[in-house]
Amino acid sequence: MTRAVPGAAGVDAGPRRSGSGWPPVAFGVGLLALWELVVRLAGVPEFLLPAPSAIAEQVGAQFSVILPTTAVTGGNALVGLVAGFVLGVALALLAAGARVVGELVTPVVLAASAVPIVALAPVFTTMFGSTTEIPRRLVVTVVVTVPVFVATARGLRQVRPVHDELMTALAATPWQHARFVRLPGAVPHIMTGLRLAAPAAVIASIVAEYFGGPQNGLGSRITSAAANTAYARAWAFVAASIALGLLFHFAGLLVERLVTRSRTT
Amino acid sequence: MTTVHLDEVQKRFGDVHALDGIDLEVAEGEFVSLIGPSGCGKSTLLRVVADLEQPTSGGVLVGGKSPHQARVDQDYGIAFQQAGLLEWRSVVENVELPLHVHGVDKATRRSRAIELLELVGLADFAQSRPSELSGGMQQRVAIARALAPSPRLLLMDEPFGALDEMTRERMQAELLRIARETAAAVLFVTHSIPEAVVLSDRVVVMSPRPGRITDVVTGERPGVDRDVDDVRESSAFFSAITAVREALRKGHP
Repeated sequence: MTRAVPGAAGVDAGPRRSGSGWPPVAFGVGLLALWELVVRLAGVPEFLLPAPSAIAEQVGAQFSVILPTTAVTGGNALVGLVAGFVLGVALALLAAGARVVGELVTPVVLAASAVPIVALAPVFTTMFGSTTEIPRRLVVTVVVTVPVFVATARGLRQVRPVHDELMTALAATPWQHARFVRLPGAVPHIMTGLRLAAPAAVIASIVAEYFGGPQNGLGSRITSAAANTAYARAWAFVAASIALGLLFHFAGLLVERLVTRSRTT
Repeated sequence: MTTVHLDEVQKRFGDVHALDGIDLEVAEGEFVSLIGPSGCGKSTLLRVVADLEQPTSGGVLVGGKSPHQARVDQDYGIAFQQAGLLEWRSVVENVELPLHVHGVDKATRRSRAIELLELVGLADFAQSRPSELSGGMQQRVAIARALAPSPRLLLMDEPFGALDEMTRERMQAELLRIARETAAAVLFVTHSIPEAVVLSDRVVVMSPRPGRITDVVTGERPGVDRDVDDVRESSAFFSAITAVREALRKGHP
């Protein structure tokens, strides 16, 4: 809707368009070329560093394996991301709703952020058995919950005083206060939390695979290929991991943009 | 029947005497302005009536009820210096907010909100976002929102304080028309002497430390037959301004 409104405050929350995306792509291609050149000219042994061309060849050859493998790891990351997101928002709402709950929950969640996932993964695997994806998803959930909780809690605290006064004057219940003012006001913060958590979910999902469970994801494929001295193949799965991480990163970015933009236009 | 009844109201914040011995009555449909220098307690007084602040002592009745009951029943509408619209809601949804909080069904609150947007002259902007509106328009939306539960009393805390002079005069004319059409009583906090005089039946002059009422001057609120701009150029208007100014000086030597 465009209307000529005199003195209207134009709010531009749109993405910064900083020219085209070509310079970084060209830079990346240049780096790969340099890598290829160094490996060939210096005769770097394959176990130390395979050439990009050899890795690309393996990606092509293993594509039918890479795709379902990536889907398994990506699926775990997604399930954990959704679960951790819901849990993080719910806990932050609880913490903001009642002071007592806040004082109980906040330190526990923040302590969870100090737990290294490498410490959790083997324990979860023993708890749930090595034939299920649950331990990995749980690891991702823990990793995601923390940033979402922190971001949401911050967003819920940043209510404009005039909105607080208004809801008090309207005799709104605490729940109405949360639903009409706090939660919608916190949405940009929540989305930032989601964007930060999305790539972390992929990392957690891959790392969790190093500690047992079904050998069907990217993490387990990388270890087994490396153990079989198939270095170029290991790197092909690394490349797939990078692609998956980027996918989650951009998906998070996209969701954040879409949600925050639809609010201001 | 009085809309607001204040009897010996006192309010202390620690050692600070924000309000002392306040007696004030606002009749039904009456427009009363509170004016005074910063720190005279005029906003605190408004907040006591709105039940956003508890008096240290004294009696307060709003429409014959306790301020708390009046707040719960949405017997008053309130507008602040900032419009305070919820930017994630459309203009019409912002006007609906008080009814939404009170559990009025969607169809009823929507038709009421459209009616109010027509009253404040913003029906064309029902679906707009608050950020698309100018400051004056946002404040009109806030007034429409305050009127949503059809209150008999409107509490306004410097609602035009952030607006430029031209917009401000237009908004004053709008407010006079709205107050006449709704027949609601208005308790209006302001810094501006001409604003207080042109809007009010009575101008209540306050002085600080302790905040108390020093004088009450009759305002020049125009009736149905009189145009605001005529009032602004009348000699009665200027003599009322002088009277308020002298009352302010007297209370603040």
